[in-house]
Amino acid sequence: MALAIADPLNQRLKGVPVWPLYAVALIPAAWVWWQALTGQAGPNPVRELEHGLGIWAFRFMIVALVVTPLRDWTGISLVRFRRMLGLTAFWYALMHLGVWLALDRQFAWSAITADLLKRPYIIVGMLSFLALLPMAITSTDGMIRRMGAASWKKLHRLAYPAGLLMALHYLWLVKSWTAEPLTYAAIMVMLLAMRLLPRQKPARARRAAT
Amino acid sequence: MVSNFPKIPSSLITPKEVWMNRRSLLAGAGAAAMMPALGTEAMAKLGDLPKLETTKTDFGKDLKPTAYDYVTGYNNFYEFGTGKEDPAANAHTLTTKPWTVKIDGLVNKPGDYALEDIVPKVVEERIYRFRCVEAWSMVVPWDGFPLADLLAKVEPQGSAKYVAFETLVRPEEMPGQNGYFQALPWPYVEGLRLDEAMHPLTILANGLYGEELPNQNGAPLRLVVPWKYGFKSIKSIVRITLTEKQPPTTWNIAGPSEYGFYSNVNPNVDHPRWSQATERPLGGGLLSSNQDTLMFNGYEEQVASLYAGMDLKVNF
Repeated sequence: MALAIADPLNQRLKGVPVWPLYAVALIPAAWVWWQALTGQAGPNPVRELEHGLGIWAFRFMIVALVVTPLRDWTGISLVRFRRMLGLTAFWYALMHLGVWLALDRQFAWSAITADLLKRPYIIVGMLSFLALLPMAITSTDGMIRRMGAASWKKLHRLAYPAGLLMALHYLWLVKSWTAEPLTYAAIMVMLLAMRLLPRQKPARARRAAT
Repeated sequence: MVSNFPKIPSSLITPKEVWMNRRSLLAGAGAAAMMPALGTEAMAKLGDLPKLETTKTDFGKDLKPTAYDYVTGYNNFYEFGTGKEDPAANAHTLTTKPWTVKIDGLVNKPGDYALEDIVPKVVEERIYRFRCVEAWSMVVPWDGFPLADLLAKVEPQGSAKYVAFETLVRPEEMPGQNGYFQALPWPYVEGLRLDEAMHPLTILANGLYGEELPNQNGAPLRLVVPWKYGFKSIKSIVRITLTEKQPPTTWNIAGPSEYGFYSNVNPNVDHPRWSQATERPLGGGLLSSNQDTLMFNGYEEQVASLYAGMDLKVNF
């Protein structure tokens, strides 16, 4: 079921270097930080910063999770970029967590501990981060070799719960059911559900054969 | 890849004139450029709206009001969208003249009252703390008059125990009341116990900073109950009904376990999903400290007696 444009597109994408994209992917962060630091983020800059970094973590997570279904359903392969996308989601999540600790909760450890024990959305957000962490640590070629492809792959299925927990985190922290977190959650659930559908083997097999 | 995403509702997309304007603001200079995150209408400055005749009072004379741009640019008014900047960007479409408030229920003088017949010629300045249930706060110099004065005029009957309020429903002017996804059921409704409504701190506001209310702040007439979370202070009121039974309230309908009828500011009773012990005052910047939330938002001395003997953890 590969799209006609898949092969030429894949050829083109082969020429795109990955490493500059690590920097490109941080442009939204730079923008969000710049606005917050220069007083352009409105009356509640901490919230804007927190939300901006969190939502971009979510977006990169979504794009990272698009890679597999996109390949299976269209033959377009972005697999080369997946590590960059996933790691970027991790950097954003790390910054998001850091801003929450330092600027939102202001290192009030007793309040932070209470939040971590009592607030479902914070627990869920933290769990999502904890799921991202081992994936980030084992993201190097060396770690893949050391772990062996099979167990590395198994570990990196943590991306699924991490994504779901992100969706839950966002749904749970807003005051009521609003369109934006619902939309993000729907996309996340759809991307994960697509993995449960029967794979489009022909597209992959054909690609492998060429 | 991005084009594969499901359609985002148009209400979530910043209108072109807003972001275009944002750019021109960025390029330009001046005070307005400090807040490009807010929409065009948020750029309404102090002095743009008609001045009100006001008398100073001692209420909040020690408080430092939050900047006008923030008070009018960071609002929850879901009739105009769920984003904090949406009301400022969208509420200019609202027609507030003429305006009629229906007063009915258990009163001797029910009727459709024109705004001019309700609002006194000279209103009082009341500088109040305003604490949102979302744990941010500001200080607003409201202009208005005691709700008790209006209620006295319409003569509540002996059986009246509660006051119910209702916000305008006008989808053609309120984009949040349009479309396939609407955040709340309309009309937005609120209520107070009669003694809360009659309390001298409870006012109907028709202005802030000495000028007519901007639409995004609930023009032309809104409730202000400073010891309760902000959502109790219902905006753009079209109906006031005196009732015997406790009236339904919008956020309580939306989340009964999270938003009670009373919704008094209380640092000791957390929202089920977040702490209410501290709050973030708006306008303090990135590194400003959170401050401790005060019991009844700092109005404990004046209002605690209203709730004597009540378990505030149950009646949250």
